[in-house]
Amino acid sequence: MFQSVTVRNLFLVPFCLWAGIFIFIPLVCIIYYGLTNSGGSFTLDNIAIITQREYYYSLRLSVVLALITTIICLLLAYPLCLILIERAKSAGTIIILLFVLPLWMNTLLSTMAWQTIFERDGILNQVLRLLSMPDMTLINTPTAVVIGMIYNYLPYMVLPLYVTLSKIDKSIFEAARDLGANSWQTFLKVTLPLSLPGAISGITMVFIPALTTFAISALLGGSKLLLIGNVIEQEFTVEYDWHLGSALSIILMIFIVINMVLTIFFDMSRREEE
Amino acid sequence: MISRLKTVYLAIIFLFLYAPIGVLIAQSFNASRYRGHWTGVTLHWYESLFTKSDIVDALSNTFSIGILSAAIATVLALITCIALREVGKKSRAMFMSVANVPILNADIVTGISLMLLFLGMGMRLGYGSILIAHVVFNVPYVMLCIMPQLLALDKSFYEAALDLGASPFKAFTSVVLPEIRSSVCAGFLLAFTMSADDFIITYFTRGAGVDTLSTKIYSELKLGIHPEMYALSTLVFVFIAIFVMLFAMNRKSNFKAEDLL
Repeated sequence: MFQSVTVRNLFLVPFCLWAGIFIFIPLVCIIYYGLTNSGGSFTLDNIAIITQREYYYSLRLSVVLALITTIICLLLAYPLCLILIERAKSAGTIIILLFVLPLWMNTLLSTMAWQTIFERDGILNQVLRLLSMPDMTLINTPTAVVIGMIYNYLPYMVLPLYVTLSKIDKSIFEAARDLGANSWQTFLKVTLPLSLPGAISGITMVFIPALTTFAISALLGGSKLLLIGNVIEQEFTVEYDWHLGSALSIILMIFIVINMVLTIFFDMSRREEE
Repeated sequence: MISRLKTVYLAIIFLFLYAPIGVLIAQSFNASRYRGHWTGVTLHWYESLFTKSDIVDALSNTFSIGILSAAIATVLALITCIALREVGKKSRAMFMSVANVPILNADIVTGISLMLLFLGMGMRLGYGSILIAHVVFNVPYVMLCIMPQLLALDKSFYEAALDLGASPFKAFTSVVLPEIRSSVCAGFLLAFTMSADDFIITYFTRGAGVDTLSTKIYSELKLGIHPEMYALSTLVFVFIAIFVMLFAMNRKSNFKAEDLL
């Protein structure tokens, strides 16, 4: 499409400049702050702080809650996608639009609505009292945070899974059935392996934001339930310790890099199989 | 039996998805300004909505940052994707993975790293820094939308236009652009949506006095949200719902779920 390689490369200049200034240098900044003290000399003390009890606990809590969220999203999404694909044939795409529509409500507001539902005198407990059932204490518990995360991130699991599942040739399912597989065997041996790429990208898209959020935990977890995201946010906005906050961000980046490497590794081994 | 189970499952999921939205819409009509206390129906919050200058400011910031950042990201992504079409597979994959860093990275890390950059450059945090930050995370979304369609494009039409005497720019705007229009529009809309819903990156790159709807809501959380905010989000939600339904009915025949991504 270009007369010469020079013209083509000229088209790449804006992006290279952009990526250099706004993607590469900011990461260098964060690594610089994380590995220096306020005097500007190199130190690993800020990174080492993660071994201290309170920091370690919030990191561990974040990983556990993010894992639980990801697993529940995956378990909810598979049947949901299969049903949606089946129903979309008869009911039309309106059913999928109905599923996507809540995404356009502001994330913070819908999370706050969950707060209204879970509160001590909230909607859930008022309904329970009407049914003369005992109250549930959900607000400021890890359960409330997990439900909030599932609400916000479930679509990120469903959308990639839906796309891969709907691209699978339907005759493969019929073939499996003809060869005597029951529906559970068909799912395990046919549906699951073929939809794995979608599931993997869904897992990444749920796990990373769930691991690093601070808004959902601030709204539904209260001031005592601190995730690593809340700790980092406080270092920047309350404690003004940029070095410590950056060091904790570097630790989050390590998780992200591990996740990316695993995804690439999986992708390559799958291609080799093919 | 199984079919009924499926319907029940679907109903439970939809109840889960729409419960908070129902709560928000109910709150926008609640006469009490406190959450969870129902004291009767009122339209008061809808009336006073447009007299609240801070909410109107936050709304107009959200919209203008969304449109500007989506437009800038679309232009930058388009220029880059056109060039990337002509490079080898390996370097294209490399460019794409660099571009994807802001999507794959955690929002909190992206936000903090940009804040450190802006302050390091001596820039004042405000409207401009939010705008740049939104372009940063919007570019990869637009590139992911445009690249596949651009790769599938047949180059010979463009070359034919050149042979017939069109300038490269003219050939691009009248031959290539119409072919990839749908993915460019999808990229723009996706970028706008991402920008309008972003909270974490905006939170770290905003300066005092400049708010988008998300940061405005977050700062009001501790003192109690102005009920006008519920009225506003109800209006926005209903507007988008109508828009989406009209869109779906218009394209019923050739509509695919992939179009939404």
